Amino acid sequence: MSLLSASALSVSRGGVPVLDGVSFTLGAGRALVLRGPNGAGKTTLLRTVAGLQPPTAGAVDGTDRVAYAGHADGLKAMLSVSENLTFWAAVFATRGIDAALDAFELRELADRPAGTLSAGQKRRLGLARLLVTGRPVWVLDEPTVSLDTASVALFAEAVRRHLGQGGAALVATHIDLGLPETDTLDVTPFRAAPRAAVQDEAFL
Amino acid sequence: MIALLLRDLRLAVRAGGGFGLGLAFFLIVVVLVPLGVGPETALLSRIAPGILWIGALLACLLSLDRIFALDREDGTLDLLATAPLPMEGIAAVKALAHWITTGLPLVLAAPVLGVLLNLPAGGFAWLFLSLLLGTPALSVIGTFGAALTVGLKRGGLLLSLLVLPLYVPTLIFGAEVARRGAEGLAVEAPLLLLAGVSLGALALLPFASAAVLRVTLR
Repeated sequence: MSLLSASALSVSRGGVPVLDGVSFTLGAGRALVLRGPNGAGKTTLLRTVAGLQPPTAGAVDGTDRVAYAGHADGLKAMLSVSENLTFWAAVFATRGIDAALDAFELRELADRPAGTLSAGQKRRLGLARLLVTGRPVWVLDEPTVSLDTASVALFAEAVRRHLGQGGAALVATHIDLGLPETDTLDVTPFRAAPRAAVQDEAFL
Repeated sequence: MIALLLRDLRLAVRAGGGFGLGLAFFLIVVVLVPLGVGPETALLSRIAPGILWIGALLACLLSLDRIFALDREDGTLDLLATAPLPMEGIAAVKALAHWITTGLPLVLAAPVLGVLLNLPAGGFAWLFLSLLLGTPALSVIGTFGAALTVGLKRGGLLLSLLVLPLYVPTLIFGAEVARRGAEGLAVEAPLLLLAGVSLGALALLPFASAAVLRVTLR
């Protein structure tokens, strides 16, 4: 069963085409790792898959199954760790933040305001949010930034458990997470040929 | 939706949340006006409705750029857009939270501050009613302006320029209700027009804000 699929997807950023003709399918229990140099269009592709911007061509199926985690963690500095998670649990109409607190070892930090956490702790909280969304497809943009080795292991374990429960993950990362059932998609061959989009812009 | 409203209210009353910013500005304007124009009570009571309305409007304007900019900066807006909430609902809840934290305190404070400007006794009820009817429109229009400028860094100036013309009908009819009420004249016509402006803004602008947000998020 396919949880997320893209067919002949073309995406652009700021009016400039970056990727052309990307297709993939992601089934239950599978992880797909996106690779490519900086600026290749990984983030733009992930934002399109998450439904934050429309594709210029092609189609994405399964956008409403996506839990997205981008570069920013979406945390409120003045709310405590548990208040942040409880808010997202309420937004996604799920119950219980305990599993998320345990999975990323945030239990001791539960009452600390998110603004006082270190960068790595914030990231762990941002990733814990994925667990409270209850959505099957995790779309992750550089999830391991500012995580130490132990936290990366925690994260890999969480992804493994998620895949084991029939979830799927689409991850843009430069490090090896050591996940089973992983496919790799290098976006470099799909780079869009630069074309002058200037005259289109004039009509917008 | 309720979770979003409660979160916004909780953030507003915590340190650095900006609750009371508009109220403090309103208080300062109303306290300074008698010092600026002099203590002549007849003059003060004539300009009181207009000053109170302008003060409330500017106080409202002051806090508009916080509506979406903070959520945009920390990535919350992206995550909300991928959440199972309709964008129209997010825009409406944001406007409601802004009204509760900014508009409602202004409505409640205005009659008290009217005393400082020697507002005639008959005008208090109409001032209160006109602000109660008009401030929701200020919040909804402001939310639309904030949605338009959310993608811009330091978009505050552009936001003010965009929103001020849209505020003019509300200001004219609102201040007219308060002025006519204070002078004991009939208030039906401006009151109905004010209510019309507010209801129209409430009905249409959340949809416009949502459409604009979808574009600015790209």
